[in-house]
This record gives sequence, C-alpha cells and structure tokens, in this order.
Amino acid sequence: MGKQTVQLDRVIIRFAGDSGDGMQLTGDQFTSRTASFGNDLSTLPDFPAEIRAPAGTIPGVSAFQLHFADHDITTAGDTPNVLVAMNPAALKANIRDIPRGADIIVNTDEFTPRNLTKVGYDTNPLEDGSLQSYAVHPIPLTSMTVEALKGIEITKKEAERAKNMFALGLLSWLYHRPTEGTVTFLKQKFAKKPEILAANITAFEAGWSYGETTEDFSVQYEVKPAVMAPGRYRNMSGNLALAYGLIAASQRAELPLFLGSYPITPASDILHELAKHKRFGVMTFQAEDEIAGIGAALGASYGGMLGVTTTSGPGVALKSETIGLAVSLELPLVIVDVQRGGPSTGLPTKTEQADLLQAMFGRNGEAPVPIVAPRSPGDCFDAAIEAVRIATTYRTPVFLLSDGYVANGSEPWSIPEVDSLPDLRVQFATEHNHTKADGTTEFWPFLRDPETLARPWAVPGTKGLEHRIGGIEKADGTGNISYDADNHEKMVRLRQAKIDGISVPDLEVDDPDGDARVLVLGWGSTYGPINAACQMSRRKGSSVAQAHLRHLNPFPANTAEVLRRYDKVVIPEMNLGQLALLIRGRFLVDAIPYNQVRGLPFRAEELAGVIKDVVASV
Amino acid sequence: MSEAVELGFPSLRLVPKAEGKQSAKDFKSDQEVRWCPGCGDYAILAGVQSFMPELGLAKENIVWISGIGCSSRFPYYMNTFGMHSIHGRAPAIASGLAITRPDLSVWVVTGDGDALSIGGNHLIHALRRNVNLKILLFNNRIYGLTKGQYSPTSELGKVTKSTPMGSLDQPFNPVSLALGAEATFVARTIDSDRKHLTETLRAAAEHEGTALVEIYQNCNIFNDGAWDPLKDAEHRDSLTFRLEHGQPITLVDGSRGVVRAADGSLQIADVSAVGTDALLIHDVHSEDPSVAFALSRMSDPMSLANTPIGVFRDVRRTPYDALFAEQMAAAKAGGSDDLATLLAGSDTWEIT
Ligand code: SF4
Repeated sequence: MGKQTVQLDRVIIRFAGDSGDGMQLTGDQFTSRTASFGNDLSTLPDFPAEIRAPAGTIPGVSAFQLHFADHDITTAGDTPNVLVAMNPAALKANIRDIPRGADIIVNTDEFTPRNLTKVGYDTNPLEDGSLQSYAVHPIPLTSMTVEALKGIEITKKEAERAKNMFALGLLSWLYHRPTEGTVTFLKQKFAKKPEILAANITAFEAGWSYGETTEDFSVQYEVKPAVMAPGRYRNMSGNLALAYGLIAASQRAELPLFLGSYPITPASDILHELAKHKRFGVMTFQAEDEIAGIGAALGASYGGMLGVTTTSGPGVALKSETIGLAVSLELPLVIVDVQRGGPSTGLPTKTEQADLLQAMFGRNGEAPVPIVAPRSPGDCFDAAIEAVRIATTYRTPVFLLSDGYVANGSEPWSIPEVDSLPDLRVQFATEHNHTKADGTTEFWPFLRDPETLARPWAVPGTKGLEHRIGGIEKADGTGNISYDADNHEKMVRLRQAKIDGISVPDLEVDDPDGDARVLVLGWGSTYGPINAACQMSRRKGSSVAQAHLRHLNPFPANTAEVLRRYDKVVIPEMNLGQLALLIRGRFLVDAIPYNQVRGLPFRAEELAGVIKDVVASV
Repeated sequence: MSEAVELGFPSLRLVPKAEGKQSAKDFKSDQEVRWCPGCGDYAILAGVQSFMPELGLAKENIVWISGIGCSSRFPYYMNTFGMHSIHGRAPAIASGLAITRPDLSVWVVTGDGDALSIGGNHLIHALRRNVNLKILLFNNRIYGLTKGQYSPTSELGKVTKSTPMGSLDQPFNPVSLALGAEATFVARTIDSDRKHLTETLRAAAEHEGTALVEIYQNCNIFNDGAWDPLKDAEHRDSLTFRLEHGQPITLVDGSRGVVRAADGSLQIADVSAVGTDALLIHDVHSEDPSVAFALSRMSDPMSLANTPIGVFRDVRRTPYDALFAEQMAAAKAGGSDDLATLLAGSDTWEIT
C-alpha cells in the first residue's frame, strides 16, 4: 500500500529449504502465477535423490529456481537476484551462487546453534557480518506463521508446515503476482482437509500482508508481461509435454498407445501422466522390470499398437537386447530416455547428456537406431511426435533423448491447434506382396518399400499373412532364417541404409550478423544456455552463429555443409564430448568440445566466456 | 481386427473362428524342421499341430512366441503368426501382445533354461498377473542349444561340460515354482504320451488366464533318457501318479495312493493297507494351493519316483487382460477424449 514500485526486466528467484519444506510446490505455484501473468519464464528444480534426507543437512536441501522476464528467455538464469533460505543448510548450500547485492530472505527461526553446527557454521552468518554485502531480510517465518494460525484447529507441527505458504505470500506481494490461482490450487489440494486448507490460505495471506506492512521491504517490484507470439499459452514441463506429445501422436496415427514401463527417476512422471489418460485409449503397463517393460511394448507394437517404453540411462542398459531385437524385427517402438547423471546409479535427480553414445551404439552387432532430442520443456511435445513419425514410417525403434533438465523444467507453451499436427496414419499390410514362379502369391514380411526401405507392418489377425519373424538373421524378402554370408552382408547394409535414409529437416543456423566465423553446435537441453550465451556474446560485439541438432541419427543432410562454413565449431555438452566425437568421426571437423558434468545446466555467462575466447582466436 | 465370436473355449471367446474345417496340415509351415533327429520336440510339435484344429480358431489369430533355445524354434514350424524373440523374454513380449489384442490366442514356447534361468522373473510375474497366455515349458533338464551345460532343472551333482565335478545347485521344480507364483493353472505332461499331451493342452486352452504346462521332453543328444523311468512300460506305472479331477490319487498301477497323515501332510501308502476310501480325491479347483503344492513335492528329482502327471491346479481368477479392458472401458465412459481440451489444460492465458 503506497509502497514504491520498481520496474525490472527480469528476475531470478531461488527457493531453497529442507526436502520436507515444500520448496518444489512453492516454486511450482510461483511459476504458475508468473506464467499466467504473461512473463516468459524458465525453471530449474534441483532436489536430492533421497525422499527425506536427514533434516537440516546440506544433502537434504531442495531448491527451485525460476527466471522470469518481460522478454524472451531460454534459461533458468545463472545467478539469482533473490534467495529464499528456509534454514542454515539452504543458505550454506546456495550462497556461493548468489551475487553480492542480491536479496536474501532467511527464516531466522531455523538459525539455532544446533542447526548451525549441523552444517558447519561456527558462528551465525546472520550475525557475524559475513553477509554484509547482501541485502539480508531476517524474518522469523516459522513463528510468524504459527502466530498467524492461532485459532485454527491444527497441531503446532501442522502450523509450522504452512511456513512455505507464508514465504510464497511474501514473494507474491514482492513481485506483484496474482493470488487467485494459488488460492484455487490450495482449495483443490486440501478439499478434504478444511483445517489444513484454512491454515495454508491464512499463512499465504499473512505473508502477503507482512510484505505490505513491514519496513524491511521498502519497494515492490514489477516485471511486465513479455512480448510473445499471439496465441493461447499454458505453462508446460518437459515430462508433461512429452506425455502429451505421445498421446497426440497416437491420436494422429490412429494407433492406440501402449506404454510398457518400470519406475525410474526422472522418467516416472511420464508413466504417471499417461496412466491418467486411458480415455484416449492409452494403455499403461507397469512391468516387473525394465526388460519386461520394453518387451511388452514391443509385443504391443507387433500387435499393431504404438509401443512406447520410458526410462533413464540405467534402464536403457537393461533394454539394449530388446532394442536390438526391435532393430532386427523392424517394428516401430519409441524408447524414451530421460537422461540423468551416470555411470551406474549416478545422480538420479541431476541432469546429464551422457547417454548419447549409448543410444547411438549401445547394442551388439550393427544395430542403428534413430535419435531425436528435444531442446526445451515445451519442445518435448514436438520431439515426441517426430519420434513417433520416424518409428511408424520406417518401422524402427527410435530413441527420444530427453534429460532431467528439460524433463523437470518448465516454460510457457503455445498450445497447438490439433489440426496443425502432422497426419501420422499408417497402412498395415493386408495382402500378399510376392508372386511365385508358378503364379501363386505369398506374403514376404521383409519385402521393402523402395522409398523408405521399411518392411510391411503385418499384424496378427490379418488373414493370409501368417508369417514368422525373429532375432535370427533373415533372408532378404522372405524373412526366413538365413545364415548365408552374402545375405547377412546385404541385410546389415539394408538396415543401415534405411536409417541413414530417414528424411529429417535441415539444420538451421542462427547467425543474425551474417558474418560469424565461429559456430556453436549443440543438441538437446543445452539449447537454452547456448542461446543465451550467443545473445550475450553478440551484445558484447562477438559475432557467433548457433545451430542446434534435434536429429542425431541420422544427422540432417546439410550438416557437413553447415560445419564447413565456419572456421571453428564449438560443441558444449553435459558429457565428456560425445557429440564432438561423432562430429569429428563423421565429418572430419576439428570441433572444439566444451564439457561439464556437474548435474546442472550450463551457465550462459560461462559459455559466453568460452565463445569470446574462441572468437578472439580466429 | 475381427469381431468377437463366442466359442466353447471361454479363454478364447474373443478370438475369431476358422471359416472351414482345419487339419494338422494347416498348421505346418513350409520351413524345414531342424531339431536333432529323435528329439522329443518333434513329438510335441506333432501333438500341437494335431490339437490346434480342435480349437477351431482362425489361424491368423493364433500367435506363438518363444525365447531362445532348442524349443524356441517352435514358432518357425507353425503356420500361424509367430515370433522367435530373445532369451527368457517371451512371456513379457507375449503379455504386451495379449493385453492389447484380446482377439488373439497367444502361446509361449520356452525351455527350462529360457523360462527358469534367464527368464525366471518374467515367468513368475506372468503367472501372478494371469494374462491370457498359454505357456508350454519344454523341460529336458539340460541346455541343448549351447551344447550340454546343466540347467536349473538338472539334478544335483549333474556332470556336464560346465560342471565336470557335478553341479552344486538345487534344481527348481517348475510346478512348485509356478504354484508359489500365484499361478491359476499348472499342469505337467510328457512328450511321448500323445493322448495325455493333447488332454493337457485342451485343459490349458480352456483355462482363462495364464496356463503353465510343463512338458517332460527328451534331449537325445545331451541328456538322453532323462525321463525314461516315466516312459518305459516296465516302470512307468509304478512311478507315475495320474492326476485326474474328482478321482483318488494313486499310482497308475493302483498299488499306492496319497492319503492325509495325522499331522496334515500328504503321505504315500499302500492302497491295500489303507483302503480306497482313505485316498485323497484330486480337486484341481481347490482355492487353497497347498495340496497341489504338496503333490508337486512328492517326486524324487533323482529317481523320478512318485511323479504326478496331469493338471495340478485350475482355478478361476479374472485374468489381467480382462481387468485391464474393464478399466479402459470405465475410463472411456467417464471422460472426454478431446485432444484439444487435454492440451489446453485448465490454466491458460491469451496473448493477442
Ligand atoms: S540338442 Fe537336444 S533338445 Fe536340442 S534339438 Fe537336439 S535333441 Fe532336441
């Protein structure tokens, strides 16, 4: 009321607290309101693999970062302007990412000697002057929440638990966020628990009023809606977009979707989502293990369904043999790999792009599999449709390589018109396709379409097309078992030629200055940071071109030509140089890899520094 | 995909009927059978091919799915749809097919290595799930295709190339395993007994849900004579219990029978001593699997004495695929399937 409002073009907020503090929910709610307010945004949830790591410890810290702006942005931001730290562990785990001058809102109630010792603070950072260069807002969030909830029939513990809503209320006030959506959300969530509902709404409102009345915050901020292409928007996370993309593809292909899957982080949400949509003919099957998940999906594909399996890197390792079988049987199948840190169990909740070579080569024998990779949360929708197109057109398993960052991140998504989605209808084989010398006809399961090299999809139940297929090498055409040397050579090359010949769109290059001599090439979820870094570089006077691969197998036909246009090609990847290896091997281009495996996306600023050095060297 | 047709076989009621009369020949594919001469698989193949016409199903709606091993070549020889898949995974692949295609009659062929070693997990889960699948497990107590290593059903101390001093692991009894895995239908038969094989296949086909049929099969190359005591005319009748629903459980020669001891366990007694009234009556439909389990434990894995043959258990539990279809139908009845509505969700904003 009457406080001064300062206009900002963008803000980065990080909510951090204990795993049990509800930081992901708080972040999600702030994001939803921000999305509906019309800002462009990008989010980065970052949480531990343990469901409840020991309370108050650094490993137990769960964080959610949100970047929102009045203009087009592509990353969750490098350095937060505001840190909300619900306890000393959250402060300690995040302070190194916070630039001096930033606002830090801390819950002082948690800064007890015991909690401080637990995370190795010898003195209280709120009192020892170590935070002098930040704008610290010490607020007893817990006790103020409990105070505000007096009179509601709940336990003290339940009252304390509502402190995240107090924090959300305060931040919502600080950034002029609409409140209605949050109240509606709470009403739905706690419909069956009226006391808890009252507590959460009261805490949320108390947080808002606190902002209005306290002298600690003298200004309010406003970030105007972004200018975006006209249309209807919603906020969209990667896993949700991927699930919707699969449903849309199944509808457009007029093939029932069958998901065979085994729970694994960070892919399980796709299984959960698809399980809700049986009314779209979506069938979900939680199998006994990863192998059965893909096995059932392949069995369904054989029966004429759209077979899909979802997993992460360790699951792909288990599914490899079945993927090889699908290559040999030449049946459509989509394998979704939401990559996470590896090897082995690795970092289940952190992102990485280190399964590229596993997807490319991780099978016995010559077993080529097409690979499609989404570049952003919303893009998972289109990438899923593209994966289905390739699988059904070419009768092949296809990898859809998402990762933890795009899967859990979110952004505004322009809702597509259903009619604008590609027509993916397929033709099952219905009749004999070969005439024998005596004039009678028969069915050859491995007689190929001359254009796509795809074999017929002849589903059981089709009269006259009874045939047997298997993982043993098949004779070209008839599909009968063949151990013949020349036939094997031919079949291996045919399967390769089919994948090499898949038609994929050309690689587009973004070079607004038109005179760049350095190309930054990426794939998958690094699009956002690379894009932000290129824009940063250009603002600072470096001319740089950006190209981003959605298809990694086969590469777009113009890839060689694009690469040759530039003196230097930089390839940033969240692995140790897997795309760089492929590019060097395939195109004899001396690409410069830039690699990081920290379980987090690149920082745009850091990439801009790399670009600057390379541009300076040409 | 064809219309549902009501057939005599409840488990196959959704599978379309054949148009004309079929014969065994209709089920023979044009592929040359490549098992070793004398292999027990030939007898099983012939038995199955001559049984198939009895089902009266459209041939194109029958699918055979196998894993890896000698037995797993089976689908190549059946003139139906078929898939020779990978080691141990046939039940998983067949489950995906059977769940999505109730108009198909799906059969799995597997062996003791394929089903019980590498594919053990899929087998037990298929059984507990009770998808409408018929699983034929050819048990020859040896690895044939890889040339003679011991298998999970080989008797303890089995000397093979990989166990020159004898195998050290306790064998599985596939029937006991299946009963422990919540199977609704478990039976055992023998490759060389065509009549019994056919009866058992018929019972399996009639069963709604997963049916496991263990078939004692002779590998004449690497484990010849493994089941001979149960086959030769001199001994078989005194070694084999023939399980028949509603009948007292006795050896084929009638000399000994199964009775319940005072402590509740099953015991084998001379019929002349206890009298026929004391004999246990076989009840395949008993909900309680403990008698079936106790029967499965009677046989001696070394001498094969007291081996029960026939259907151990055949109980009714709604198959997974039927429950699955019910959920699909309920969901379809209960909500909109408009894609545009789904994509838009409930929280959108407009930019003009
Ligand atoms: S190795 Fe044994 S089981 Fe295999 S085909 Fe020969 S006889 Fe039959």
